[in-house]
Amino acid sequence: MKRVVITGQGTVNALGHSVPETLSAFREGRCGIGPLELRDVERLCVRIGAQVRDFDAAQHFSRKQIALFDRFTQFAMLAAAQAIEQSGLILDGECATRSGVVLGTAGGGVSTSDESYRAVYQEGKTRVHPFVVPRLMNNAAASHISITYGLMGPSYSVATACASSNHAMGQAFQMVRSGVAPVMLTGGSESMLSFGGVKAWEGLRVMSRDACRPFSANRNGMVQGEGAAVFVFEELEHARARGADILAEVVGFAMTSDAFDIVKPSREGAARTIAGALRDARANPEEVGYINAHGTGTAANDRTECAAVREVFAEHAAHLMMSSTKSMHGHLVGGTGAVELLACVMALRDGVIAPTIGYQQPDPDCALDVVPNVAREAEVELVLSNAFAFGGLNAVIALRKFR
Amino acid sequence: MPNSTNDSIAEAVIAIIAQQAVLPVEDVTPASTPDDLGIDSLGLVESIFAIEEAFDIKVPFDANDPAQNKFDTSSVASIIRAVQGLVADRKT
Repeated sequence: MKRVVITGQGTVNALGHSVPETLSAFREGRCGIGPLELRDVERLCVRIGAQVRDFDAAQHFSRKQIALFDRFTQFAMLAAAQAIEQSGLILDGECATRSGVVLGTAGGGVSTSDESYRAVYQEGKTRVHPFVVPRLMNNAAASHISITYGLMGPSYSVATACASSNHAMGQAFQMVRSGVAPVMLTGGSESMLSFGGVKAWEGLRVMSRDACRPFSANRNGMVQGEGAAVFVFEELEHARARGADILAEVVGFAMTSDAFDIVKPSREGAARTIAGALRDARANPEEVGYINAHGTGTAANDRTECAAVREVFAEHAAHLMMSSTKSMHGHLVGGTGAVELLACVMALRDGVIAPTIGYQQPDPDCALDVVPNVAREAEVELVLSNAFAFGGLNAVIALRKFR
Repeated sequence: MPNSTNDSIAEAVIAIIAQQAVLPVEDVTPASTPDDLGIDSLGLVESIFAIEEAFDIKVPFDANDPAQNKFDTSSVASIIRAVQGLVADRKT
């Protein structure tokens, strides 16, 4: 089996249009959640979200590209460009032939669907833009990255709701580890902050109207975000041969299904997945220093996730840190695990643990070290990133400091 | 509010809940709890949606923490009372 390392990363999200801006926000505990600015917002009950602001597509893309790129594709393209640039990879020859792109997204081109429905149903138009289908398809972002960089190996999109990115990155990890591809671009992207996207979530009545406060006793639900993060996963010897700067090593992944309920989380399923990722990484629970939690800020998730962590780590649960960065960048649904992996790499590489902001009241059901409100300096060797999706689909990734 | 209006609200709420529970209306009594009727959290969210549509009201119900809600869903009777209150408020 080959070793897999991360040699590049890029992002666009509510905390910034680049990795350095995002990491500064993590260090400062800055919140990207604010009043939603979108058409018909006055007809929504939930009016907050973590929107990508000051984003002008025309600055980054040609008119022809914009005609083909939904917002979720635009975010993914920019994140991929940053990641490739940082990696220093020249994607040509056999590397280009064998490498590919696996991206998570739950909704694909939600704003394209939303605008097109509005045109035909509300405005009574008889036709929609000719590129609606290639814009809205879930694989659009992965395909445009493959086309732009000439990557001819395995490329596809993964849609497992809130675990999409973690499933995508887990698959990319397995492909590089098994030797299927020397390099995989992977991560996820989401842009559901349109009228229809938010209206759909309102229906479930699990959205907060003021803030995302994971693990805090007074938490009252989740807050949606948008954006993308993309990573370069590369086979270690391939990276070494070209003298690449290695950010972290991907050492383990597990995915499981609860086989239980379409929306309720399961402690048993979460615990089984965390334990599986540790087994895959050939690591002891005591080695884990930090977990980037799924931490949605709903009563059900946070309670269940903390119980699962206590079950897997027993005594050690009291000695590890677990924060939810969704308190800052919101819940990017299918893109969330990718943005959250940035906090994991920061923990390993910079020795800074991103906080859970908005934390106000301890909850006995979530009595772990959730790194409340303020980032913390700490040396950690092994970190996990949790994702537990609607539908009972779980995916946990383990990263280790590269030595 | 005339009693006849309140009676018809009670009848309509029971019909909605019975449909959700897939039970004949006779089996839905004021004392029944959603649990008794086999209505889980998703079922409750769906029932409230149906109630909002039927009465043109907005129900303050947060699925995140049902125990903390202003809208009391502990029994069929409490749901009926809450809907009667919301309908009365709508008319004033």
